[in-house]
Amino acid sequence: MKEETVIKVEGLTKVFGDFTAVNKISFHVRKGEIFGFLGANGAGKTTAMKMLIGISAPSSGSANVAGFDVYTQTEDIKKSIGYMSQKFALYDDLTVKENIRFFGGIYGLSKNRISQKSNLLIEELGLEKVAHSLVGSLPLGWKQKIAFSVSLLHDPKIVFLDEPTGGVDPITRRQFWEMIYKAANNGTTIFVTTHYMDEAEYCDRVSIMVDGNIEALDTPKNLKTHFGSDSMNDVFLKLARS
Amino acid sequence: MSIHIDHISKSYGKVNALDDISIRVDQGELFGLIGPDGAGKTTLFRILTTLLLPDHGSASVAGYDIIADFKAIRKQVGYMPGRFSLYQDLTVEENLRFFATIFGTTIAENYDLIRDIYVQIEPFKNRRAGKLSGGMKQKLALSCALIHKPKVLFLDEPTTGVDPVSRKEFWEMLKRLQDKGITILVSTPYMDEAALCDRIALIQDGRILEIDTPKAIVEHYPKPIFDVGAHNTYLLIEKLNAYAHKHSVFPFGEYIHYTDQRDGFDPLELRAYLKNEGLQNIHIERTKATIEDTFMELAKQ
Amino acid sequence: MKRFIGFVQKEFYHIFRDRRSLFILFGMPVAQIMLFGFAITNEINNVDIAILDRSQDASTKEIISKISSSEYFSILQHIKEEAEIEEVFKKGKVKAVLYFEKEFSKKLIKQHTAKVQIVTDATDPNVANTISNYINSILSNYQEEQNRAITLDYQIVPQSRMVFNAELKSVYMFVPGVMTVILMLVSAMMTSISITREKELGTMEILLVSPLNPFQVIIGKVFPYIFLSIINAAAIVILSIFVFHVPVNGSLFLLGLESVLFIVTSLALGILISTISATQQTAMMISLMGLMLPVILLSGFIFPISSMPVPLQVISNIVPAKWFIIIVKGIMLKGVGISIVWKETLVLLGMTLLFIGLSVRKYKIRLE
Repeated sequence: MKEETVIKVEGLTKVFGDFTAVNKISFHVRKGEIFGFLGANGAGKTTAMKMLIGISAPSSGSANVAGFDVYTQTEDIKKSIGYMSQKFALYDDLTVKENIRFFGGIYGLSKNRISQKSNLLIEELGLEKVAHSLVGSLPLGWKQKIAFSVSLLHDPKIVFLDEPTGGVDPITRRQFWEMIYKAANNGTTIFVTTHYMDEAEYCDRVSIMVDGNIEALDTPKNLKTHFGSDSMNDVFLKLARS
Repeated sequence: MSIHIDHISKSYGKVNALDDISIRVDQGELFGLIGPDGAGKTTLFRILTTLLLPDHGSASVAGYDIIADFKAIRKQVGYMPGRFSLYQDLTVEENLRFFATIFGTTIAENYDLIRDIYVQIEPFKNRRAGKLSGGMKQKLALSCALIHKPKVLFLDEPTTGVDPVSRKEFWEMLKRLQDKGITILVSTPYMDEAALCDRIALIQDGRILEIDTPKAIVEHYPKPIFDVGAHNTYLLIEKLNAYAHKHSVFPFGEYIHYTDQRDGFDPLELRAYLKNEGLQNIHIERTKATIEDTFMELAKQ
Repeated sequence: MKRFIGFVQKEFYHIFRDRRSLFILFGMPVAQIMLFGFAITNEINNVDIAILDRSQDASTKEIISKISSSEYFSILQHIKEEAEIEEVFKKGKVKAVLYFEKEFSKKLIKQHTAKVQIVTDATDPNVANTISNYINSILSNYQEEQNRAITLDYQIVPQSRMVFNAELKSVYMFVPGVMTVILMLVSAMMTSISITREKELGTMEILLVSPLNPFQVIIGKVFPYIFLSIINAAAIVILSIFVFHVPVNGSLFLLGLESVLFIVTSLALGILISTISATQQTAMMISLMGLMLPVILLSGFIFPISSMPVPLQVISNIVPAKWFIIIVKGIMLKGVGISIVWKETLVLLGMTLLFIGLSVRKYKIRLE
């Protein structure tokens, strides 16, 4: 059913001076897949992701994202992907509506389309009462949900999420993952980078990066079976120790 | 009694950061404050370390009142604020020596207490703190908080932003400190860390949901929980939510945690329903409640 | 005491490890004094002028040669017509045109009066004014010589003499101003930034939850800057004396004491700023807008206070820098002692006590 490959990475490498941050990594991500990209701080996952979203040129290897080459077609890549990070998601000093209008605008959506999308989004998230409130005044969990919806505004093929649910309360977190499942079900590919191992449990497949290399790549279930662990956290501990 | 919190409330403008909180922590206990960002954990820590005044209520730490005897408390407690407050431009050793000096002691005097932790970062003692990894910063911050041999240790989200290996080591270190008789109050947003504490308080939106041992909290979960899985997770969630008898439906990693409203719930009935709705590879199995299940159940009310 | 030394040591580590603050500390004073000393100046040197000489006789030739041989002017071109004057100014090549009327020599001898017109480009009024003064003085010099030779006339030649800065050297005026700016910058801005940095890092929380009392924290933070500011003040005075030959007519010791007083004033202001700002950025903005601008604009450093509108004159009184500049000018250029500047010193002392009082009251032993 999910045959089409939307991210194709072969031997991708990034070298800073004499330090190899990303060492010949290879993987494929299928359309509509929720792909977890795990690793400790400094393992190289941020560097790898920067190459995939076209803001950092690889040292060697090849990668194709949403059908575009990361060396030559970075502008096309940027138009076809959405991005959301926990550190920066929305402008706190703009209202919900203003944020939607702004982000819709930078992705070149028409005025009509923006207002149509923004009404839909506000209705779906039940934000009618706070549509004109400053984003800064909303609870963290709400912000994260709005930010995710905003990253989907321009119907991207792939959405990159950087530690999307760290620190969010458990219920909101579930609601967030339900949104992710829904987007994936609609054919959007979800690429989650995180070092929270419990976020990994929700992904269809995960790769685990250690010191610039991908040390494991499989479904959470298979990884747990393979390492004889009952949680991804334990899988990670075993990988890091070996 | 080492920490005694009695009906503490605190608000910032209209926001109730803490709403009538009461907790007792025994001497030598490892007590966890479990809750998401914005639950009020940091505010409570600041009140207990005499950095903030509560609007209502009273509290004492190591026998001293947090308002009247704040100076005495400042001599007795170790405090590690969130995001490892270290001087980034000072080396590991300089940081430690500085904190030793301002507490009127030396590294040598209390080295015993921090040896286990400090030996791990000692090879890097001439490195600037800003250049350390998250795990090493965490160990240095803990060493700095311990250098004056405090009776009570306050650790505000010490494991946030730290990789799983360092997290695990950190909790092992806390256990050893506890053995030395230090009372530890630690906060964390990670539900899976709750099980490592003697007792925990679940906290959300400034309210305490429950206080007990992790084991008791899990056992008190009122309903049987089932792991439910199928070929399409999104469809499964949708159908479970549409099921007339559902009590709660929460994604939990690879499965959905499902509870039913009825006492005599029959999983076969659910399986038939899901099959009828077009789901394949249906998996339904009884599972144990976790702290997170309890948290959500209590937060829902 | 050990705690205090440990604290101060830590502060020095911070200062010496941060290139940006090191530059502000030691680069700025040198850069500023050099800038004001060499580049920004009211003196004129080799100004290009044009000549329109309708007479071309002995007198005009002598005057022109006197002008061209002076170090102040060089004659760029000679023009023929009055209409050309505007043109050469528009091209911007010359700053002044000297216009001699017809039969200059003849008129001078027969009628004892001849006309020469000095046309200056007044887009920069200060320079224009200076140029015309310089040319005037060359002319009257010539006239004097002529009169002496002929002994025809008894003529009063008005002569003005500038006192205290006889050569009108602008660097003399700038030294006290630059010193004030630097001390203010280093003391107030650097301390406020270094205190707010601890707030931002979260280390202030740990310092508060330690047996150090807040007063010790503040003194520990401020002490290194007292020390560094004194070094700076000394560097500026030494540079002025040896590079620009600015005289210190009064007592160096008194100058030192007054500088220390002003440093303490600025530090107290810095502490005050840090109590009201939560981030380094805010502290920097408040220091720049709230302190630097008044110091530069309202202290008499660049614009004379006496020529300001009355409301600004009144406001200038609350700028501590104004009083310090008066004191420094007095001691350095006029050579006066404490018997003259005691009033200004007292004002500065009062302000200092007020700022210290305010910041102690505002300083919190808790976070809010």
